[in-house]
Amino acid sequence: MSTSTIGRLEGSRRAARKAASERATSRAEGWRRRAPLLPALIFTVIVTQLPFLVTIWYSLRSQNLLRPGEDLFVGLSNYLDIAQDSTFRQTALNSVVITLGCVLVAMVLGIVLALLLDRPFFGRSVARTMLITPFLVMPVATSVLWSIALLNPTYGLFNWTLGLFGIEAIDWTSTYPIVAILMALVWQWTPFMMLLVLAGLQAQPKDVLEAAAVDGAGPWRVWTSITLPHLRRYIELGVLLGVIYVVNTFDQIYLMTAGGPGTASANLPFYIYQRAFLGFDIGQAAAMGVVVVIATIIVASAALRLIFRSFEVKE
Amino acid sequence: MSDVTRAYRRRAGGGVLTTLTWLLALAFFFPVAWMAATAFKQESQAASDPPTWFFTPTLDQFRAVLEGGSMVYVGNSVIATGVSTVLVLLLGIPAAYALSIRPVEKVSDVLFFFISTKMLPVVAVIVPIYVVAGQLRVLDNIWTLVVLYTAMNLPIAVWMMRSFFLEVPGEVLEAASVDGAGLMRTLRSVLIPMVAPGIAATALICVIFAWNEFFFALNLTASQAATVPVLIVSTMTSEGLFLARLSAAALLASLPVIIAGWVAQKQLVRGLSMGAIK
Repeated sequence: MSTSTIGRLEGSRRAARKAASERATSRAEGWRRRAPLLPALIFTVIVTQLPFLVTIWYSLRSQNLLRPGEDLFVGLSNYLDIAQDSTFRQTALNSVVITLGCVLVAMVLGIVLALLLDRPFFGRSVARTMLITPFLVMPVATSVLWSIALLNPTYGLFNWTLGLFGIEAIDWTSTYPIVAILMALVWQWTPFMMLLVLAGLQAQPKDVLEAAAVDGAGPWRVWTSITLPHLRRYIELGVLLGVIYVVNTFDQIYLMTAGGPGTASANLPFYIYQRAFLGFDIGQAAAMGVVVVIATIIVASAALRLIFRSFEVKE
Repeated sequence: MSDVTRAYRRRAGGGVLTTLTWLLALAFFFPVAWMAATAFKQESQAASDPPTWFFTPTLDQFRAVLEGGSMVYVGNSVIATGVSTVLVLLLGIPAAYALSIRPVEKVSDVLFFFISTKMLPVVAVIVPIYVVAGQLRVLDNIWTLVVLYTAMNLPIAVWMMRSFFLEVPGEVLEAASVDGAGLMRTLRSVLIPMVAPGIAATALICVIFAWNEFFFALNLTASQAATVPVLIVSTMTSEGLFLARLSAAALLASLPVIIAGWVAQKQLVRGLSMGAIK
């Protein structure tokens, strides 16, 4: 073997060692970068994902807490029951109506209020403080307030006001339960939307608006071609967060109508709660939970793709 | 149209808009004001038809609420809210750091994972949580709520704090690393002071959601670990409809968050928009 070959071999060996040590450093560097993330990630996985796996397990079993001996593997029969359960379909529809109704109405009102607040006037900060208050009131308190103080058929303030115009008393929570729940929810979520849109309005670059005015654009033109596109991601974020929280609405339904009359105003969270904690039907409740999650994932991934695009998350 | 008339018209239009804004503000605030007023009434005045507008305020209802052993509930709420918020920050700040300043690979996957846990409906996991907590004998235990509230708020907090961290200029952090500061040191003496308002905003949002949470508290607590929302509901059902007392309880329960929100309006807005304001 010639010395030059040995030299080459030595060289390539050294290069390999160098590459290996670089790999080790980059691996160590990778772990250094990952380490701060891991506690949060592991905690979230354990607390949110494991229970869901257990939910899937329960959904395949027939288990009723009232009959402790009975715990059988029943395959997909819980799911078949759901497919035939007209109450499930109705509560699913209620969920959609309540969520979309609340988020859309609250967003439109929120935009109007934000535009009204985004101009100087006497007592503006007091008016804003008053407008954000409904979002801060405990939802349980909101429910009590609306169902009893405002919408009660005998002494509720709402019917008293309508009475001034000669309209007869209405038992809101039993005649129009979903409308009653929507009133309370819209009241609570409008300030949230208003604050988001207001943040968007105040983040508008002033020079662009001035330039538009100098170019002779009228207020309507400025609103449609500059303000609205700028507000878009704030509106999307508001709708996304609103849907996440409103779809899980439980307090108002539990306290204002108890899902009634019958199941007329129950949404999915309330119906599943009933099956699990009043019917003690663990298997059924779990299967419904799984169906809801699958439906939510489908809707949510579409929504998230939207929001990710507008946030332009960089790798 | 002369400039004078135009200015006059604009002022008149502004006057209409201002009046409209005030009317809407009063309309939105009115239910809260009515609840506050009812809390100072006697029961007979609270549920009267027609409504009682003028009355001599009394503190009887507040006294009744505070005498009924409600401090246990308040203590539980303070622990669940306070400890879970501190845990969210302890877990969330390093995570937000790892997703912004010196990012790990696949940042958007991790962010997607965090926010997707918020998409998971709470009801879908309540059954196993209830059964497992029963087997571990931690039902009606305030620390169970602490853990759940931490998990409930962590994803949103990571998103918020990440966006605040992204606003920190890179040069500042480079300077710190040139000076030989390690991770903890950089976090403690450079980064955290700079993003303190953002962290405050995040904490405020976590406090609001934890303080107001009802579903977990209703299903996982009984007499020992019940929180303030549960107290209100039990007041409502166990004693019939004592509207004035209920209003006093609801007002007291809502007051901490209302005041915090009023004081920290700017932080609230920044928090809600997930730091999207530049």
